[in-house]
Amino acid sequence: MPDFAYAPAPETVPVEISPRNGLFIGGQFVAPKSSKYRVTTNPATEQPLAEVAEANAKDVDLAVASARKALKPWAKMKASERAKILFRIARRIQERARELAVLETLDSGKPIKESRDDDVPLVAHHFFHHAGWCDKLAYAFPGATLEPVGVCGQVIPWNFPLLMAAWKIAPALACGNTVVLKPAETTPLTALRLAEIFAECELPPGVVNIITGGPDAGKALVAHGGLDKVAFTGSTEVGKAIAATLAGTGRKLTLELGGKSPHIIFADAAIDQAIEGVVSGIWFNQGEVCCAGSRLFVEERILGTFIERLKSRMQTLRVGDPMDKNTDVGAINSKEQLERIQHYINLGASEGATRFECSTPLPSKGYFCRPCLFTDVQPSHTIAREEIFGPVLSVMSFRTPEEAIQRANNTNYGLSAGVWTEKGAKALEMASRLKAGVVWLNTFNRFDPSAPFGGYRESGFGREGGRQGLRAYLKVDGR
Amino acid sequence: MPSKATSAPPKVVKTYKLYINGAFPRSESGRSLPVKDAKGRVLAHVSHASRKDLRDAIEAAHAAHAKWANATAYNRGQVLYRIAEMIQSREEECVALLCATGEITRKDARAEVDLSIDRCIAWAGWADKIAAVLGGKQPVAGPYLVFSTPEPIGVVVAIAPEKHPLLGLLSVLLPALAVGNAVVLCCGGRNLLLAATFGEALATSDVPAGVANVLTGRISELIPWIASHRDVHACIAAGLSKAETRTLELGAAENMKRVTILDRNIDLTQSPVLHSPFLAERLVEIKTVWHPSTL
Repeated sequence: MPDFAYAPAPETVPVEISPRNGLFIGGQFVAPKSSKYRVTTNPATEQPLAEVAEANAKDVDLAVASARKALKPWAKMKASERAKILFRIARRIQERARELAVLETLDSGKPIKESRDDDVPLVAHHFFHHAGWCDKLAYAFPGATLEPVGVCGQVIPWNFPLLMAAWKIAPALACGNTVVLKPAETTPLTALRLAEIFAECELPPGVVNIITGGPDAGKALVAHGGLDKVAFTGSTEVGKAIAATLAGTGRKLTLELGGKSPHIIFADAAIDQAIEGVVSGIWFNQGEVCCAGSRLFVEERILGTFIERLKSRMQTLRVGDPMDKNTDVGAINSKEQLERIQHYINLGASEGATRFECSTPLPSKGYFCRPCLFTDVQPSHTIAREEIFGPVLSVMSFRTPEEAIQRANNTNYGLSAGVWTEKGAKALEMASRLKAGVVWLNTFNRFDPSAPFGGYRESGFGREGGRQGLRAYLKVDGR
Repeated sequence: MPSKATSAPPKVVKTYKLYINGAFPRSESGRSLPVKDAKGRVLAHVSHASRKDLRDAIEAAHAAHAKWANATAYNRGQVLYRIAEMIQSREEECVALLCATGEITRKDARAEVDLSIDRCIAWAGWADKIAAVLGGKQPVAGPYLVFSTPEPIGVVVAIAPEKHPLLGLLSVLLPALAVGNAVVLCCGGRNLLLAATFGEALATSDVPAGVANVLTGRISELIPWIASHRDVHACIAAGLSKAETRTLELGAAENMKRVTILDRNIDLTQSPVLHSPFLAERLVEIKTVWHPSTL
């Protein structure tokens, strides 16, 4: 085995973080009515980064009222003018990309390599793409009558903090809506930095309001009677509760929920590429990805060799300081999440599966978890059914394409699926029969603002991105 | 005692049955509902579907779904066109039934049947064009071929509005069928006679058994069971009360059923929404497929 030791390559660009952060309401940062603050920490060091306001019901009222007040002028603004503001925001994000990437990595624990090369560029791209839609909506739904939905309450998770903010805010604004966004309590800093950019770019006050806080603030927001629409990305459990809260209210809802996505490797696949696909599928962003390929199905006759090669590739993964440019796997987002992952890892072993983890050393501080995989997994095992949201892969096998499809679809989820085969007809037939909103053939974890993303079944409903994603933020023919 | 020579021979008063999986069972509950004319005379009885009948119909739809979803869009279009032919050949019967309860004139009844046939034709034509409007190739920033395509959701329960009995049931049924879903159509109140007759028309059309099932009964009684059934993937409904809507959406939250509630005041005869691809868009899943595109 060659020596893969790398010299440290830390990202050293300093980023200023104000010690105490208010809520962004009506175009300015204000102290919360709750007078309460919560500390956000760097999960890689367990050191506090800043204090962030904890919104209560009164703060939510103010934010929703501010969005309501801003709605009419924003919706009536000439669409090409609205577009210019969004284009300008996209540019400012690009210009401040390094700062945003560093801040994202500090607050979330994800490797700087990913926040720099994946998250932030996609954020800018998302605003740029949707900016162009502002004055073209009529061409997206020919013959239909279109109106903005109104005031949107949006609650986003901690795994892609800034990217999820962009996925929610950009289409909402392009369609003439106003927004109250709540980032996750462990990763509020980049959303607040985005608020600064909005103010810089002269987005009219109140068009986007950002309130920080924990689950109570989120509950107060999604249940708020002053909203016309709720959009949520997060767990299926919370998504169902939100759907129940909104039942019968007539408010629109889109949900981007959990997954337990299948990743299928046929014997005729290009194995080297497939290995890289599996690695990206489950260890990108520490596996804290809703569309992670967490159930690996390998054609039985190559199972042994494939697992051996995958294990050897795992040993080269560099786990550790997220600020190091060579790091592949960073810190788990929070102590709670690390405990949750460890719970599942213990469960996997106790239910009879066999664990292999890479032997990389871990930093002495911070919330880290070694990438691992389980073999001897039965479909009935908890680790093969429940979303872990961590760097844990469950490996199973199949003999025929029919069996692969059946096993892959045997879940209540349906967010993504991956298939590796060099046979074109087989790949396309697999794509059509897998019940998933996104199917990656001979690739995995690809995202683009023009490509709709979203789930089947209990992975939620509605799409984000592309023409299809606009529907979530428009009343089409009154609905 | 011999009857008087002047009285007419008794008519055979029919009891209409349910239409499930291509067959005509009575309700397992043994119940039926009388349908009366303007003077209160019983015109016929219609089977009164129970929870168990609903389950049977959903099961049939579940089993039939894959075949219908995998049929070519051209084929689905022809089958929908065949429904129009079947209604056309039963035109007089439909007009008579629409008038039978004394609520509308013969002229209006005929107009409704004509519109109903038009609606079938509209959706028959959409079957092989929906994907061209709702999907397409996506211009991603990278060396990938990416396309999005609408796929059927699975089993859809369609709840018919009572205004315009025939046109109403077709308005909720056809978009769901056109995109490849299997459907359980639920009809109550003023729809009973037309729904039961429509089931008979379906049986002679080429819609495969189980793909379209027709239940007659009381909507309010069926709604909680529709809402809680795990093998229902989507609902389209019109004419529900606020309470019924809430019950349906509350149950739907459990397994993320996609629910489309049409506006209570929608004009079933005129609204362009009812033959819009963007109505069908609510009854599909958009699937996006990526593949590298390199030498």
